[in-house]
Parts: sequence; C-alpha cells; structure tokens
Amino acid sequence: MIKSLYRIQAIFLKELTQLKRDKMTFAMVIMIPLVQLILFGYAINTNVRHIPVAVVDLSQSALSRVLVQTVAATQVVTFSEQFYDIESAHAALEQAEIRAVLIIPQDVSQRIARHASVGFGLPASSDEETSRPIAQWLVDGSDTMIAGAIKGLRNMPLAELLSKPSNRTIPTFEVTLLYNPEQRTAVNIVPGLVGIILTMTMIMFTSAAIVREREHGNMEMLITTPIRPIELMLGKIIPYIFIGLLQVSIILGLGYMLFSAPINGGLWALFCITLLFIAASLTLGLVISTIATNQLQSMQMTIFVLLPSILLSGFMFPYEGMPLIAQYIAEALPATHFMRLVRGVILRDVGFTDMLPDVYWLSLFTIAGLAIASLRFKKNLD
Amino acid sequence: MPDLVIQAKQLSRHFGELKAIDKLDLNIDKNRIYGFLGPNGCGKTTAIRMLTGLLKPTSGEIQVLGLSLPKDAEKLRLRMGYMTQKFSLYNDLTVKENLQFIAKIYGISGTAQKSRIDELLSIYGLNQKQQQLAASMSGGQRQRLALAAATLHKPDLLFLDEPTSAVDPENRREFWEQLFDLCDQGTSILVSTHYMDEAERCHKLAILEDGVKRADGTPEQLMNNIAAHVVEIEAEGLRHLKQQLVTLPDIVTAAQLGARLRVLIKNTVSDPIGFLEHHTDIESNKFTIVRPSLEDVFIACTGSSRQ
Ligand SMILES: Nc1ncnc2c1ncn2[C@@H]1O[C@H](COP(=O)(O)OP(=O)(O)OP(=O)(O)O)[C@@H](O)[C@H]1O
Ligand SMILES: [Mg+2]
Repeated sequence: MIKSLYRIQAIFLKELTQLKRDKMTFAMVIMIPLVQLILFGYAINTNVRHIPVAVVDLSQSALSRVLVQTVAATQVVTFSEQFYDIESAHAALEQAEIRAVLIIPQDVSQRIARHASVGFGLPASSDEETSRPIAQWLVDGSDTMIAGAIKGLRNMPLAELLSKPSNRTIPTFEVTLLYNPEQRTAVNIVPGLVGIILTMTMIMFTSAAIVREREHGNMEMLITTPIRPIELMLGKIIPYIFIGLLQVSIILGLGYMLFSAPINGGLWALFCITLLFIAASLTLGLVISTIATNQLQSMQMTIFVLLPSILLSGFMFPYEGMPLIAQYIAEALPATHFMRLVRGVILRDVGFTDMLPDVYWLSLFTIAGLAIASLRFKKNLD
Repeated sequence: MPDLVIQAKQLSRHFGELKAIDKLDLNIDKNRIYGFLGPNGCGKTTAIRMLTGLLKPTSGEIQVLGLSLPKDAEKLRLRMGYMTQKFSLYNDLTVKENLQFIAKIYGISGTAQKSRIDELLSIYGLNQKQQQLAASMSGGQRQRLALAAATLHKPDLLFLDEPTSAVDPENRREFWEQLFDLCDQGTSILVSTHYMDEAERCHKLAILEDGVKRADGTPEQLMNNIAAHVVEIEAEGLRHLKQQLVTLPDIVTAAQLGARLRVLIKNTVSDPIGFLEHHTDIESNKFTIVRPSLEDVFIACTGSSRQ
C-alpha cells in the first residue's frame, strides 16, 4: 500500500518535472483560458445591437423622419443607408450591405393616427384599417438572431412620436428576471466557459499522456517495472487536477474582474463540483489514450468529444430546446452535467445536495473511466 | 549441472505469416553472460521480449528464474532488469531525475536511494553529468545511464538488447568490463549483439538467423566445431579468383582481406589444400590453413540462406 502510494508519487513528480520543462504546454495552460475567456466574453453577445439597416421613406414627411429617429434610438439598428425605391433596397439587402430595410408607406401619418398603440379619439374606423401596421420591415431572415432582434421591434412604443401619453395595453404577464436581471450574456457564459475549457484542456493533456510514453519508447521500460496500471493512471492525472483548478481560478477571477460575472454560491461547493468534473474529464482522456496509438489520433478523439460538449452541453443552446436525441447524447457528456452544476452554484447558489443526480453521474463516470482505462492498459506489447 | 536462469522449450512467436522466432530451445546458465548473435531482423528483440514477459509466445514454454512466463511475469519484474534497444528513459529528465524516478518505482527510498544513486553515478562515470538532460548526452553516456537504471534495483537477471550499438570501441571495452563486474557480483546476463568481438566475450552464445537458432555453445566450442575449413590465399588477381571460387558448391564463402583471400571450404572436403590446388593454378605454399574466427562460424552457420 505504502509502496503503491510511493509509485504514484514517482509518476506524479515525473509528470510535474516534464511539464515544467515543456514551456509550450505550460504556456497553453495559462493562455487557453485567458484567450478563450476574452474572446467568448466580448464576442458572444446574444443582445444584438447596431444592425446596419436602410430606410425607404415613401412619405418624406416630418413624421416619418421622427419615426426613423425613434427606431434608431433603440440602438437595435443603425440606419446606414437611404433608398428611394424598394428595388435598390432589395439589391443592397442581397449584397449584404444591410441586414434589413424599413419601408415607410406614403400614408404613414394616417396609419399612425389610427394605430391602436397610439389610438386616440378619431372617428371609429373599420377593424381592417386600425389593424394596419405603420410601416414594414424587410429582413434578411437567414440569421435567426438578427431576425429575432428586429422582430422584437414589432411592438415598440410610439408614444413619444406624437408627444402623447402612451396607452399601451397592460402586459398580460409581468416578467421578473432573476439571477441576471441586466441580461448580460457574460454572466451565463463565464461559468459555462469553465466547463468548456476544462473539457478541452483536461482531455487533451491526459489523452496525450500515455500515448506520448508509447511514442517515445518509454512504455517498454515502464511496463517492465513493478508499476501497476492503476498507479500509473492516478500518477498521470493528479498533476492535471492542479492545473485544472488553476485554470478555473483564472476563468472565474478574470470573469469577475472583466465582466463582473458574479459568484453567488459557496466556494466550497464550487470547489467540489469542479474537482469532480476535472476528475471525470481526466479519466475520459485516459480512456482515449489507451485507445489511440499516436498523438494525432488522441487529438482527433479529443475534438470528437469536445465538439458535442460545446454544442450540446447547454453552453451554447438551452438544453431544453434541443431535440430528444440530442438530449440523450448530451446526457452522456460530463460537460452537460457540469454545466448544470456550475451554473446552479455560481448563478443561483443551489446547495450541493439539490444536485445529487448530476453529482452521482459525474462520480460514476470517473470511477468507470478509471476502471476501463486501467483494464484496457495491458502490461505487455501484444 | 549448474543452475539454469532461463529455460525455453520450442519457443515460437509469429507475426501473421512471419515466424519471428521459430522453435527456439534455450538453456542459460546462472551467473554467466549469454549472447544472442544475429543480423538485423533475426528475432533477437522478439526473443528478449518474450523472455521478459512483454510478448506472449505463440507456442512453447518459458521458465525464467524458476517462474513460468507469461503467467508470472509480474513476479519476475522485481528480479530482472531490462535495457531496451532504443533508449527508453526520459529525454526531458536529467540523469539524476531519471535514476530517482526508477528508484522510486522500485520502492527504494531515503538514504538507500541516495547512496545507491551515488554509487551508480560513480561506477558509470556520470557524476559530472548528473544535472544534464538525457536528451543532450552522447550515445555512450546515454547507454551507461540506461545500464545504471537497469541495474539500480540489483536484479538477478539482466537483459541487454544491443547495448553498445551507439558506442565506440574504447567505450565498448569499458562497458564490457562493467558487465563482467556485474557478472562477478552474481548477476546473470543475456545480451544481444551483431558485433563479433562482443559475441566472443560471452561465456556462451546462440547464433540466430531468421528466428531459428543455427548454433550455440561457448565461442571456443563453436570455433572448434565449425563445419568448414578456413584457408587464406596470398596471391595476385584475388577479385578474379574469388569470382571463380564462389561458383564451386563446396566453397561456403570467399572474402577478401587486403592482400589475402579468406576462403571457407565445407568440411565434407577432407583435404582443403589439395582441393584448392586442384581448382586453381596457384602453388600450395600460397595456402595457409588458419584458426576459424567467430565470424567464420557465423558465416558458416548462416550461409545456407545465401545460396
Ligand atoms: N510487432 C511486430 N509486428 C510485426 N512484425 C514484427 C513485430 N515485431 C517484430 N516483427 C518482425 O519480426 C522480425 C524480428 O524482429 P526483431 O525486432 O526481433 O529483430 P532483431 O533481431 O531485434 O533486429 P535488430 O537487430 O534490427 O534489432 C522482423 O522481421 C520484424 O519485422
Ligand atoms: Mg532488435
């Protein structure tokens, strides 16, 4: 038993020394979370703003100009061009110079006067007339995010247009936004990024770990020593646990400083679930490394796991919105379970005990992975 | 009968169609240096890997240090050392770190570890190099480091797979001195090589070719029992003479050594000088019967496939 621990320590120290000498890998340990955090934090923004659009103003009235200004004031769109007929606007849309066109009809003032959202005591008109919209948007609908943002303008208030008090209908539902009231994307992205970066680096490092020994010819020496497969596996993954924790600290610390991404939950719970996820990812990497015969193969398999982890884990798209089959695949990925846990702890301060299913699943995954890797690892060259 | 450390019966290993080792019988004495002599690809590494429990034999039985392989391979690990053909320590660790790593793996700790490593460093002349990365050492130094690592836990049995392939003759001599020292201290050694001078130093050796053992015994036995006469001819026009002789079925080979031609004649020919006189027009005083060397033995045993 003592001997066993001693051998694990030998492998652990050896890995650490090798890592220390491998400047490139060491730099990547720091740079991957740093760069990813900054990229994702700044680039991924589901609150779309300043979409370039054009206007075709067929009425050329004072009112239409005020309408354009009011729309621009929302900052959702920026009017970058003006056309005098619909055809040229269409052409610009096709060239992707603009993403949408606002077409203001000739009779815009009448339409506004009769419009329900402004609706003030004009002689009652037919239903058909009152329900006519004020103007029309032609949108490049290929990007659903942009289309969605412009669709969001459909019911924008127009009261100030006529300096009249608004009598918009009282909303059917009152919506209270908990946990991220300002709706900042980074708040949701930063904890998710912890899962993605750990999936990437942890699987990558360990999947190369055993393959590298084989490629460099060290394996033939190692397997003639009394070391046991499980000792080798444990010794190999322990250094990376520390690296994983270091990366998590970088992401969360920097996320807090740059994007004010809060940590609402307890640090202790956060530490536990992170440790669990690191262990699960590392053992997955070990299993890969017992299958791959060279480092290129181990890299390909890492990507094979990484892509669904990014796409299906709930990092990019809500889990609930995915088709059933995708949900099943997602359930198999450690990243999905971690995504739930980490968002729960960081954003909603959920207690550890409330997330037992995910915790159990990750623990089971780790134990199974370690067992499979140790069993698959044969101490011979056949 | 002295103790045997390695016993193999009808040992075979096939890779698909290829018979890398074919029905090999081995009896290796304790406390001796035993050599595998053979050309590239003859199966030396494959044989050693089976004897260390790294490869499963296709058929045959192996007993090493009284343990039957591959069943008891794990028990053997503590009692054997293996120096692989390709350097298999860590290039990105220093000499000392490599040795410390191996020591820990074998459960040697504390002061025992320190004194053993210091001892090895001075035996193998690596004291000055202990902080140097293995990658930056010369071939000979790396070889000494590998030997130090393989003997760190004082194994009873040492396997060395072409240990001196990257070592100059001077260092090779020294390396062999160290092997004899180890042997003196009670270690049994199995070493593979394709150098004749090295093979000649072994107590006993086996000549392998295409996975088959062609001959075995002490170098003296092998040289005495050679199935050929060795005759050296000193004459003009040796190139032409050689062409002429090798066509004769009773000539095993003819090789030029400077101004002499060394000819191996099958010992089915009872009077080699008369035979040569009959087939050439050179006077008899130009022929000398010489003592066979190990190289002659090697060529005589392995010649069959060349014809
Ligand atoms: N894993 C393997 N798969 C298929 N063939 C193999 C394998 N290992 C060895 N061989 C074949 O078995 C034969 C013997 O190889 P081996 O490495 O034992 O030769 P060797 O005597 O050690 O040669 P060298 O002096 O070049 O080291 C060769 O023909 C080789 O191609
Ligand atoms: Mg070999």
